[in-house]
Order: sequence, then structure tokens, then C-alpha cells
Amino acid sequence: MSKGRFGIHGGQYIPETLMNAILELEDAYNYYKSDPEFNQELTMLLNEYAGRPSRLYYAKRMTEDLGGAKIYLKREDLNHTGAHKINNVLGQILLAKKMGKTRVIAETGAGQHGVATATAAALMNMECEIFMGEEDTRRQALNVYRMRLLGAKVHAVTTKTATLKDAVSETMREWTRRINDTHYVLGSCMGPHPFPTIVRDFQSVISRETKEQIIEKEGRLPDAVLACVGGGSNAIGSFYHFIEDSQVRLIGCEAAGRGIDTAETAATIATGKPGIFHGMKSYFCQDEYGQIAPVYSISAGLDYPGVGPEHAYLHDIGRAEYVAVTDAEAVAAFEYLSRTEGIIPAIESAHAVAYAGKLAPTMSPDQIIVVTLSGRGDKDCAAIARYRGEDIYE
Amino acid sequence: MSNIRKSFENGKAFIAFLTCGDPSLEITERLVPAMADAGADLIELGIPFSDPTAEGPVIQEANARALAGGVTTDRIFDMVARIRQKTDVPMVFMTYANVVFSYGTERFISRSASLGMDGLILPDVPYEEKEEFDSVCRRYGLDFIPLIAPTSHDRIRTIAREASGFVYCVSSLGVTGVRSQITSDIDSMIGLVRESTSVPCAIGFGISTPDQAAHMAGKADGVIVGSAIVKLCAQYGSECIPPVTEYVRSMKKACLDL
Repeated sequence: MSKGRFGIHGGQYIPETLMNAILELEDAYNYYKSDPEFNQELTMLLNEYAGRPSRLYYAKRMTEDLGGAKIYLKREDLNHTGAHKINNVLGQILLAKKMGKTRVIAETGAGQHGVATATAAALMNMECEIFMGEEDTRRQALNVYRMRLLGAKVHAVTTKTATLKDAVSETMREWTRRINDTHYVLGSCMGPHPFPTIVRDFQSVISRETKEQIIEKEGRLPDAVLACVGGGSNAIGSFYHFIEDSQVRLIGCEAAGRGIDTAETAATIATGKPGIFHGMKSYFCQDEYGQIAPVYSISAGLDYPGVGPEHAYLHDIGRAEYVAVTDAEAVAAFEYLSRTEGIIPAIESAHAVAYAGKLAPTMSPDQIIVVTLSGRGDKDCAAIARYRGEDIYE
Repeated sequence: MSNIRKSFENGKAFIAFLTCGDPSLEITERLVPAMADAGADLIELGIPFSDPTAEGPVIQEANARALAGGVTTDRIFDMVARIRQKTDVPMVFMTYANVVFSYGTERFISRSASLGMDGLILPDVPYEEKEEFDSVCRRYGLDFIPLIAPTSHDRIRTIAREASGFVYCVSSLGVTGVRSQITSDIDSMIGLVRESTSVPCAIGFGISTPDQAAHMAGKADGVIVGSAIVKLCAQYGSECIPPVTEYVRSMKKACLDL
């Protein structure tokens, strides 16, 4: 009966009002994913519009400085709109268009997914409304302006902690209000089936390219692949084609916020327990009665109390490892990569860079680490400056 | 025959929802028997959840107030035990899957049954996921109440065929809350339910006035009201018992007068 399971995780825990829309989406996706014309159009958009394939860049100075494994950066930050989010959005909006939808809605945390959705909606002439926590509209004011510039309507969500979790809840509510002409472009590999699978498939272009590129450059597979994990879309995309290669360590870097021993954390696998929320069974930060915790991270994009069900499963079976990285470590890595390689990473991606900084020195120079730089950090400069006590205007 | 059947034996049923612990568990405890005396045939006890994705602003805020006041699932169970000493009105829990799952599904349902609860409604558990909860409910003699929506179409027969207790017919798209007009084709939804089951069918979402109640009672076996009652609890706080019972009386009367 239940579909879309990853071990015990996943499923379709959503109101009945949404079920036929979800089933319609699943049918459409199953049809179009093997439709040559759809795939040709999508590849054209990814290459010509978004700028794929993204580069696999050898971070020579960082490698030499850390004095251990060779570090490669998978440059999703160089995609159009500045993050991996566009991979999924182009796929979903093209799919929505084929399904005859004329309007898209989406949640956003850091604003990257909102900007990507607004961008693709402009390109494909779709009406677009974005739901963003009010707190995040303050943290990421520039992205709010970008979305409006791109023709989207941005709603500030004021309920609860006014962050990503609340934006997801409000977008789900909006979908139950208006469903016939509307597709919900979920931004991460989470939510009810088929979203975790659709988003993973569209993001798996990252690991497909990485595998080809590293074999071309090094003639072998990497020893470890690192990516940051909020809902986990860039991580599942970075891991997917390596899951079958058991010698490749897959390491997801969660946001520990002020530390996993504090209440101000968003490290779901480190501190959460199994639950059912936002359409899926997975791990969630919650209290003993199942009330979802008000999580915290300096990174709006990782500030989410759950994790995609496939990550929960990869954790359960021990195929992937999940580590927690604090705000302070991520900020230090944000500054480090800027100075060392001249690349300003998104604060989300800086969590993965930070762990690479710990891991590389423990490995030997003939080993290889690939770190996915999921996004660029321009959007974070003002917030990081404020974190360092410098009050600058965007 | 489950206890819930009795709710539909006094003419068209009036089903009242309230959020446990808003304004306080003490008031909820007194409100339930008072609503039963005023004519409520079935009470839905809402266990508050931090992120109620099927609710509109009125019930969202009630959930937040109740949780801020320290309400927990265990304290609600204790309250139910005390309520059961005062009234035998059929009662069901309405909450979200995680509240039940995190408590331990079997532990939650067995405790509900032993305290005299009659059913369970989980708006985020559709037909495809129901077995995990329904199978346990069946073992403990609780009805797992299914919902159908204006978008359900071809799913209605499948859902209704396996229904127990009653079928919760969602009147409109969107979340819970008061609406001035209900435009869905309720008649055809209910027609499909009636073709498939003898289990009664009650309509909820958006109903607040006696006129609406009478109109909907003309179509179904019962009428469910939530947000309008929760609004009164919010407006009158600890003084809400008289206005809520008065409201329940007027709504039950409307259901009977048609």
C-alpha cells in the first residue's frame, strides 16, 4: 500500500486533499523520466541555461595547506542562480509545464530555492509565489528582492519560528487551497513520495558528472564525498551515483548551530529521533511528545528540523556518515576558503568545507576528497560580517 | 456496534471539536460534559501539535496557546480519565501522526481505548498510510476515521468501503476555518460515500452558522464544527463555557430543524 519507502522512512503522510495531486505527479514523473524528448529538453536547459556541467576544481592551495588528502571542489556555486537548486527546479517546472500547470509555489529558507524557482518560472512563463519565513526574509533580504525582480510574489510566513519549517508548512497549506493549476516545487529531497525520489533524480546529475570528471582527472574514484545536509538535496545528488561504490565514504555535514549539546542546533541525525512530519517518516528534532523542535543554525538553508528519508535510510544501514558542524566552524571555513582559494562559499556549503578541513589532514596525499560547493556565498556576506561584529549594509 | 454509531441516533449529529488545553485543561474538562449536555453528539478532542499543517490560523493559534500552557499527551490522557467519570458522550482524538507515532502507536491507541475513547482522526494519514494506525485501532476497538476531500473523486469509493465510525467529508479545499460560502459539490461526494458504505457521513471544514449547519445536515448524517468553537474559547478564555454551550445548543437545534 504505502509507497516511496527507503527502509522504514518515506511514505506519503499528507492530507487527503493533496493525494490525487501527488498521484498525478507520480504518474507524470514516471512517464516523463524516460521520455527522450523531456530528457533532451531538460539537458538543453541544464547545459545552455544553467551552465552545466559544473566544474570539478582541484583546490591546490587548500590541499597543500591542509597537508593530507587531495581536495576537489564540485562547483555547483557556478550554476546560474548560484546554487545546486536550479538542477531540481528546471526539472520540476518543466514537468509541471508538461502536466498543464500554470502556477508554481515553493518554500525557501536561504532564498536560493526561491530564487531558482522564480528564475525558472520567469523562463517558462509560469505564475510564481514563494513562501519564506519572516526571520529569513530579514536574514536574506537581497534574495527577497531578487525573487520580486524575477516576477514572483513573496509571502513572509510569520507563524512559529518563522523559518524554513514554517515556510514548508505554509506552502503545503497553500497547495491544499489551490491545487488544480498549481505545482508545488519542493526544494529538497523530502516531503511525501514522489518528491524525495524526483528531487534526488534531478540532483543526481551532480554525482554523475563528478564520477566522470574524477575518473578523467585521477583515473579513480574518490575516497570520500562531502556535502552539507539540511533537507539533503545537494548531498543526495552528490552521493547518489557513488552509493554502489562501497569504497567511497559518503559524509553528510549537518548544521550543529551552537552545538549538538545545546537546544540551538539543527543537526537532525545527531539529535533527532524517528517521526512523521511534512509528509514523510524520517528523523526529526522533536520533544518526547513528538512536538517538532524550534531548531537553529546560522545558515537559513540548513535550519530545518528534519532530513530527507533517503538520508535517514543511508544512516540506518551505515552507508553514509553524518557529522555535525557548528556555526563557528562553518564561519571559519567560509573565511578560509575565501582567502585560500578565492572562492566565497555559501554558509551552507561552508559546513562541508569545514569538515573537509578536519578530515583531509587525517588522510594521505594519495587519497581524494570531493567537497560539493552547493552554492556561492555572496548572499551571506552581510550576515557573516554581522556575526563578526561588523555592521554593513547590503 | 461502536459507540460512535450512537452519535448518529439522535437525528442529524452535531460534532464539536475543541483543542485540549485551550484556554486550560481544567476548562476543557468542564467544557466537554457541558457541550454533551447542550446536544453535542460526538466530541473531537484535538491534541495540540506544534506544526498543524491542515489547520487554518484559528486552530493553529489554539495549538500554540495550549502547548505554551504546558499541555502534553499524558496530561490529556489524565483529563480524559476524569471526563469519563462525568459523561459517556462518544469521543475521538484528532491530532497529527507524529503525536501518536512518537508516543508509540500501540501505547497511544491502547491507552486511548482503555480510557474510553472511541476513535482517532489523523488528517495527515491518507488511505495509503492508514494500515499502520488502523490495524492497531481495530485490535483495541477504536474507529480510525477516514477523511474524503473535494479532490478525492475516484478515491471516495475505496476509502468509504473500508471506513469505520464515520466518514469525515471535508467540505472545501484548503485548511480548517470559517468560510462564508461552501462551493464544493457535496451532494455527489456524499452520493459516492452512500453507494459504498452504511457508515454515516459527516461534513466539516468551514461550517460556523446555524444556517450552514441546517443546510449541511440536509445533505449528510452530521455536521462538524471546529474553528467557530475554538474562536469562542479564544475570545472568552476561562469564561467560555456559557457562550460555547449556548452555541452548541443553537447548532444542534439547527441540525434537527433542518
